[in-house]
Amino acid sequence: MEGPVSSKNSDRIASLPLHDYTEVFRNLSNARRFAIDIGGSLTKIAYFSTVSHRRVTLKHPDEQGPELSPTSPSKSNGSEEESSPKFETNLVGNDNKIIKATGGGAHKYTNLIKEKLSVEVDKEDEMTCLIKGSNFLLKNVSDEAFKYDKTRKNKEYQFQRPTRNIFPYLLVNIGSGVSILKVDSEEQYNRIGGTATGGGTFWGLGSLLTGKTSFDELLDLAEIGDHRNVDMLVQDIYAGSLTKLGLEGDTVASSFGKCMLDKTFDKADLVRSLLFTIANDIGQISSLYALRYGLKKIYFGGYFLRNHPVSMSAITFSVNFWGKGEVEGLFLRHEGYVGAIGAFLIGMEDEQDGSWAENFIGSSGHLCASGPGSSDILSSIERLEIDKLEPIGFFPLLKSSCDYTPDTLDLSSDAEARDYWLQCFQAWIDKVPMRAIESQQNTPSALDRALRCRQKLLARFQLLKTYPFAYGTLSVRSLLDTIEQTLREYDFPDPYLAQKQLENSVAISEFEARIQYLDTLDDPVLELIEEVSQILEGPDNFGFADARNKLQSRPWLIDGIDAWKDRIQNGPPHKCVIIFVDNSGYDFVLGALPLVRWFLQRGTEVIISANTNPALNDMTFAEMLPVLEQISEKPFTGKPAAQSVRPAETS
Amino acid sequence: MSCNNSGSNSANHPEETAEVPPMPWFGMDIGGSLTKLVYFEPMDIPPDEQDLEVETLKNIRRYLTNNSAYGNTGHRDAHLQMNGVYIGGRKGILHFIRFPTSEMPNFLDLAKSKGMATLASTVCATGGGAYKFEQQFLNEVNMTLHKFDELDSLIRGMEFIEGYCSSECYYWENPKDDDKCRKVTFDFSRPYPFMVVNVGSGVSILVVTGAGKFRRVTGTSLGGGTFLGLCCLLTGCTSFEEAIKLAAKGDSTKVDKLVKDIYGGDYSKFGLNGDLVASSFGQMNLEERREAVSKEDLAKATLVTITNNIGSITRMCALTEGIERVVFVGNFLRVNTISMKLLSYAMEYWSGGALRALFLEHEGYFGAVGCLLELMRTSNGDQSES
Repeated sequence: MEGPVSSKNSDRIASLPLHDYTEVFRNLSNARRFAIDIGGSLTKIAYFSTVSHRRVTLKHPDEQGPELSPTSPSKSNGSEEESSPKFETNLVGNDNKIIKATGGGAHKYTNLIKEKLSVEVDKEDEMTCLIKGSNFLLKNVSDEAFKYDKTRKNKEYQFQRPTRNIFPYLLVNIGSGVSILKVDSEEQYNRIGGTATGGGTFWGLGSLLTGKTSFDELLDLAEIGDHRNVDMLVQDIYAGSLTKLGLEGDTVASSFGKCMLDKTFDKADLVRSLLFTIANDIGQISSLYALRYGLKKIYFGGYFLRNHPVSMSAITFSVNFWGKGEVEGLFLRHEGYVGAIGAFLIGMEDEQDGSWAENFIGSSGHLCASGPGSSDILSSIERLEIDKLEPIGFFPLLKSSCDYTPDTLDLSSDAEARDYWLQCFQAWIDKVPMRAIESQQNTPSALDRALRCRQKLLARFQLLKTYPFAYGTLSVRSLLDTIEQTLREYDFPDPYLAQKQLENSVAISEFEARIQYLDTLDDPVLELIEEVSQILEGPDNFGFADARNKLQSRPWLIDGIDAWKDRIQNGPPHKCVIIFVDNSGYDFVLGALPLVRWFLQRGTEVIISANTNPALNDMTFAEMLPVLEQISEKPFTGKPAAQSVRPAETS
Repeated sequence: MSCNNSGSNSANHPEETAEVPPMPWFGMDIGGSLTKLVYFEPMDIPPDEQDLEVETLKNIRRYLTNNSAYGNTGHRDAHLQMNGVYIGGRKGILHFIRFPTSEMPNFLDLAKSKGMATLASTVCATGGGAYKFEQQFLNEVNMTLHKFDELDSLIRGMEFIEGYCSSECYYWENPKDDDKCRKVTFDFSRPYPFMVVNVGSGVSILVVTGAGKFRRVTGTSLGGGTFLGLCCLLTGCTSFEEAIKLAAKGDSTKVDKLVKDIYGGDYSKFGLNGDLVASSFGQMNLEERREAVSKEDLAKATLVTITNNIGSITRMCALTEGIERVVFVGNFLRVNTISMKLLSYAMEYWSGGALRALFLEHEGYFGAVGCLLELMRTSNGDQSES
C-alpha cells in the first residue's frame, strides 16, 4: 500500500524545466494511452506511442541499389516511463480522454487531474495493477527477475530467464505496509496476508530515531551503520561458550535489545538495525506464507526496496534462512513500474499478444540510477521503454525453451570477458560515424546524427563498465542489441548497408568460379574441413597467424568437427538441414551457398535462416532473398528444386 | 496467589525422595534482559532439622521471604507465590523473584554478603546467562551452575505449574470491548497439542504435542527487548513498567497509518477494514505529524507494532501446524494487558474464531521452575566433592 504524495515532492516536480522532460518523455506527442501510478514517494507514468523510424527497403536487383525509405513505415513502441512530471495540458492530445490511475494517491489527485487536463480518470485497483504489471514484466522482459546475494562476489545478481510459466507465485509488495498476494494465474489471485511493519515503518521510525526526514537519507545512513551496537546478539547473552552449543553468535536475539541501557547510540547504527529488523521480519512472514501455500518463488517489490542492495541483501538473507531452502526470494529490475504498467494494461488484454523487448537505449539502467548520491532530478528520473515486436516464437526444435540460454558468455560475472568485449565494441563504435555517413551519403543531417550516436554509445558502454548488471545479464548479444537500437534511434537502420551490397555483388561475381573449383574435388565438404583445419593448425601460408594465435588448439570447448565428419562420411544423407547464416559477402555467397548446393545435391532439404534486423555486417533476411534469386539464375547452381530451399527469419 | 492443590496432582509430585540436593533450592533463568529466580521455602521442617539448619541458610531464607524488594531493582512477585507445593519430597512455598540481568554483579555481591559461598551448593540454571556468568558464580559465591536447556525447562515448568494451579490458565473474553472485557479461567487439563509463544527479549515459538514432547518451530528477534529498547529511544523512559504506563495512556492511531488513511475507508476488494493498521509508524515520516504526537502515543504505537507482529507470525505458524490453542508466556506480558488483549483479538479476528490465545499467571517464571525441578533430578555427587 502506498501513501499520498508529500507536498515537498510536488514542489520539486513543479520546478522541472521543460527541455529536460521532453528528453525524458520521448515520443510523448503521439502517445495514445496513459496510465498513472501515484505512489507514496514517486509517481509513475505509462504510455504507448507509435514511433517512426527510417527503414531500409530493398528494390528488385534490376532496379538501382537499395534505398532508404524516407516515408518510413512506423513501428509500435510501448513506453513506460517513471518520473514526477507536471502535466502540460497541451501534451495530452484530444484522443486521450481517459487516464487510468492507481496507487494510494490516486483518489487524492483525481480531481486535480480531471480539472487540469479535462480528462476522465479511471481508478484501477492497486493490487490488481501490481499483479498485472508483474505478470507482464515477468513474461516479456528478459532478465526481469533476479536473485540478489551480496556474498557472491561479482555475481551478486543472478537473473532469471523470461518464461511463460510464471505461476503460481507470491508477490510481496512493500509499500508503506506490506501486502502478500498469491498469484495463481492471470485471472486468479488473492491477498492472503500482510503486515503493517513495512516501508512506512522504516521511514517513520527512522525519522523519529534520527531526525532525518528523507527516505534516501535514511538508506544512506543504514549503509554505514552497524546493527551489532544496537541489537542484542546471541553472543551478548551467552558470552564465550557458543561454538560448543552450535549457536551463531551474530544471530540477533532481540532487535534494539541493547537500547534499554541508558546511553546514546549512533544514528547510523540505529537505522541499520531498523532496516535489518524490518527486512528480516518481512522475509520471515513472506516465507511462512510461501511454505504454508507450497509456493517456491517470492517476488519482492515496492518503494521500500527500490533495488537498494542493503535492503535486498537483508531480504535475501531472511528468505534463505526462514524459507529452509524451499523458497526463493527474487526481485524485479523494474519493480517501480509494475503498478503503472498494470493500470495501463487493464482493458487492453487482447493487445498484449505479440512479443516485447526492452529498449536498452530508451531505458535507464535501474540498478545504478537508484544508488546513493543521485540527488539531481534528472538522474533520479528513471525510464523503461519496451518495444512491441512482431510475434517471436521459440525455435521449435529446442529441447526446452524455458531454460534455453542463447548466450555462451555471461559478461556480467566474467570480468575478463567483459573487458575484452567492451573494448572490442568500443573500438568499433569509434568507426560508427564513418560507416553511418557512408550509408546515407545524400542525407545532410547524417554527420550530426552519427556523432551524437557515437557519443551516446560510448557513454552507455562506460556505464556498463561500472554497472554490468544495469540491464540484466550482460552478453555479447545484449551489447549488439544496444548498438543496433542506438543506430536505429539515430536513424541509421543499417550503416553497413552499402558495404554489404558491395561485398555481395563481388562475391556473386566469383560464385561460378568457386563452384567450378569445388566441383573438381571428390568430396568438397570433407576436403574443405581438412583445409580449414590445416590453415588453423598448420604452418602459416595464408597470413592467418593473428587469428591462429587467438585460437586454442583442439579439442575446443564445443568441438563437434570429428563427429560431423564421421556423420558425413558414414551416415545416410540428412533429410533436412538448417543453416544459420552470418556475414554477408564471401561468407554467405561463397561459403554457405556452395554448402547449400552440396546438401541439395545429396537430396537434403535445406532451410536457410537469416536475421530479420541488421546486425553489423550480418546478412539480413531481406537482403538474402535477392541474392538467392540471382544465384539460382546461374547455370551452375544445378537448378535445385525451388521448394527444397526454405528461407527463414530469425531474431 | 492461591492454588487449589487437588489431591491427584499432589500425589504425583512428591518426586523421587531418595537423593535430594542440600538446601537452599533455587531454579534460575538468566535471560538477556531479566533474571528469574524461583526459591523453594520448606515449610515442613521438623524441629530436629531446624536445629541443624545452619545459620546462613536461615538468614537467606529469612532475607528472601521477608522482603518483596531487594535493592533497587530486585522484586519478589508475592502475588504469584505458591503455597503447599511438594518438591523433592518436601512441602513448602515457591517464591518468584526477578531482577535485571544487568544487575548480576550486585546480585552476586549480595549473595556473597549473605554468606552463600559457605554453603557450597549447586544451582540449576538456564538462559544464555547460565553460560555467560558461570565463572562468576563459581568464583564469587562458590556456586556450581548446572545448566539445563532453556526450552526443556520452560515446558517442564509449565506442565508442573499447570498441574498445580487449576486457575493458572486464562483467556480474555471480549478483548476489543473495554467495558465487557474480562479475564476467564480456562480449563487446560487436556492441553495437547498446543503452541507456546515465549516472549522475552526475543520470541520463541514451540509446538507441544505431549508431555515433555515439543519442538521449536520459529522465533523472531522482535520481542520485549525491541519494545523496551525502542521505547527508551523514543520516549526516554528507563524501565518496562514505565514504558507500559506510558503506552496505556497513548493513542497509536496518531502514529500509525490506517487502511482508511490510505483508501479513505475499507479496502473492500480484499476485505480490509478501514481501521486496521496499514503501516506502523506510517505517519511519522511527516514532520508536522511528528510534532503532534506525545511520548505516550509513541509508546503505544511501539507496543502495538511489536504485539501485532508477534500475533502475525504466531497465527501463520498455528495455521501451518494445525493448532488451535496458543499459550503466550514470558515477561513481555507482565502488567501488559494491552498486549494480551490485542493478541486475543488478533488470534480470534484473523482466524475467524478458530484460534484462542491463552495466558498463564506465572508468565515469565516457567523456565526457572523447570530448572528447580531439574535440580531435584541431579545427583548430589558433584556437590560432595566441593
